[in-house]
Amino acid sequence: MNTAVSTAPAGNLAAPSFDVERARADFPILSRSVHGKPLAFLDSGASAQKPRQVIDAISRCYEAEYANIHRGVYELSARATEAYEGARVRVQQFVNARSASEIVFTKGATEAINLVAASWGGTFLGEGDEVVLSVLEHHANIVPWQLLRERTGIVLKVVPTDETGAFPLDACEALVGPRTKLVALTHVSNVLGTVVPVAEVVRIAHAHDALVLIDGAQGIVHQPVDVQALDVDFYCFSGHKLYGPSGIGVLYGREALLRAMPPWQGGGDMIERVTFERTTFAPPPARFEAGTPPIAAAAGLHAALDYVASLDAAAVAAHEHDLLAYASERLGALNSIRLYGTAPEKAAIVSFTMDDVHPHDIGTILDRAGVAVRVGHHCAQPLMDHFDIAGTVRASFGLYNTRADIDRLIDGLDEVREIFA
Amino acid sequence: MSELRDLYQEVILDHGKSPRNFGRPPAVTGESHGHNPLCGDTVTIYLEVADGVVTDIGFEGRGCAISMASASMMTEMLRGKSVDEVQTMFTQFHALVAPAEPACEADFEAPDLDKLIVLAGVREFPMRVKCATLAWHTMKAALEGEAEEVTTE
Repeated sequence: MNTAVSTAPAGNLAAPSFDVERARADFPILSRSVHGKPLAFLDSGASAQKPRQVIDAISRCYEAEYANIHRGVYELSARATEAYEGARVRVQQFVNARSASEIVFTKGATEAINLVAASWGGTFLGEGDEVVLSVLEHHANIVPWQLLRERTGIVLKVVPTDETGAFPLDACEALVGPRTKLVALTHVSNVLGTVVPVAEVVRIAHAHDALVLIDGAQGIVHQPVDVQALDVDFYCFSGHKLYGPSGIGVLYGREALLRAMPPWQGGGDMIERVTFERTTFAPPPARFEAGTPPIAAAAGLHAALDYVASLDAAAVAAHEHDLLAYASERLGALNSIRLYGTAPEKAAIVSFTMDDVHPHDIGTILDRAGVAVRVGHHCAQPLMDHFDIAGTVRASFGLYNTRADIDRLIDGLDEVREIFA
Repeated sequence: MSELRDLYQEVILDHGKSPRNFGRPPAVTGESHGHNPLCGDTVTIYLEVADGVVTDIGFEGRGCAISMASASMMTEMLRGKSVDEVQTMFTQFHALVAPAEPACEADFEAPDLDKLIVLAGVREFPMRVKCATLAWHTMKAALEGEAEEVTTE
């Protein structure tokens, strides 16, 4: 199952077999220029660009079959409902869930984690119960548990990391104990690219009767995810990082767990029967989808999953591996650069700092060279504290990136050096 | 490249690299802490005000070249100024760097502030304006004795 890419030794850079130019032609935005320079988009970790197939699916929804779902008896509403529920089935197939009712649509991975914390955590966790996180987490997998801690008195345990940013499985094992109720970890660090060995973590957690929630916002982008093979209890991701639209995300949860969980938001579409005395709730997934959902975004997500599935996953992984290896080699050759995140198991994300130049200054200069990178703390301040830095420059690669994009990054860094000489 | 050169002028790079008045002065009558949650930049401004005059000023913090240079240059500019003058300079500086305000370089008639015109390059970089203004907002809070942390958001 572990198809994660790892850093190849320098000089061992196989030519990619994936037809990246053909894929690039699917992404209209890649042909635009920025500040008069062709766009080198190296911020897919924040949000990926969208292929024509996704854009068209959203347009088609609004142009031909848009209405609210689960409402009218008229044709358009029936078609929209079919499309929305069809997207759910597509997600189920994509992550190999047992049933479509295990797929809850949310606003994104952040909302999915908040849903689990509020509903499952608020119901089943009490004072002294432990939730294990790691220092690699995005704020989205820290703050919801802190909010829960304020409500219930749970205890948060944090798996550390080392200088390479690796995930120490033994340290994780040492933290999981009789009071552990949940291990909630990122699949892939959004800052460092470190891949967390999810299947091994699950074995440890389940041996202690603890559940496992995986924040897959970065993970599902870089490798196929099979929730049954991983044996996870909850898996969360966002559509917009997976070449789909923003505003929609997914919570996968085991059916028995979702059935035991109370609603976390009330409204239309999540009820069976409402009176002023008493309301009964719909079964999952509707129970967790109060109000009108992102209907067109669901159509876009469906198209995004079709698009990703149409590509040879192994070839895309090899291509991204090549980008990671090439970027690591070129950046590693610069004396002024310090790379963060050199764990053996890594996805295509590189983070670095440059001498005394602040990441924001680097980001501004790169932007003028047409190179879009993310700078700052990447919503992972505890990880910044671990390395005792305010922030990094992060280049995160999508399937459409090329070695030429990385050359542009390196040229841009030359300009930074020139200005700050 | 020319806009970048306007932004990163020698004097800014120099102040960014070797900030003046860095540290806490011996006698502090007011201080305030500023923070930009988007980038994590922080600055603390220390003031000594006596008889309505800023007699001493210093700062600590970490951030980008623009925010450090802006804080450093501000401290050089404000020592010895009356509180009223400082308030006026705050308004003028804001107008100098904030793109929302009408362009004012031409009628920039604050002789004491002319050294700060080098920071006007930030107007072309809307995402970076807050880097230049953080120190000034924090200074104003220190002057007015506000206990709350200043944030750019």
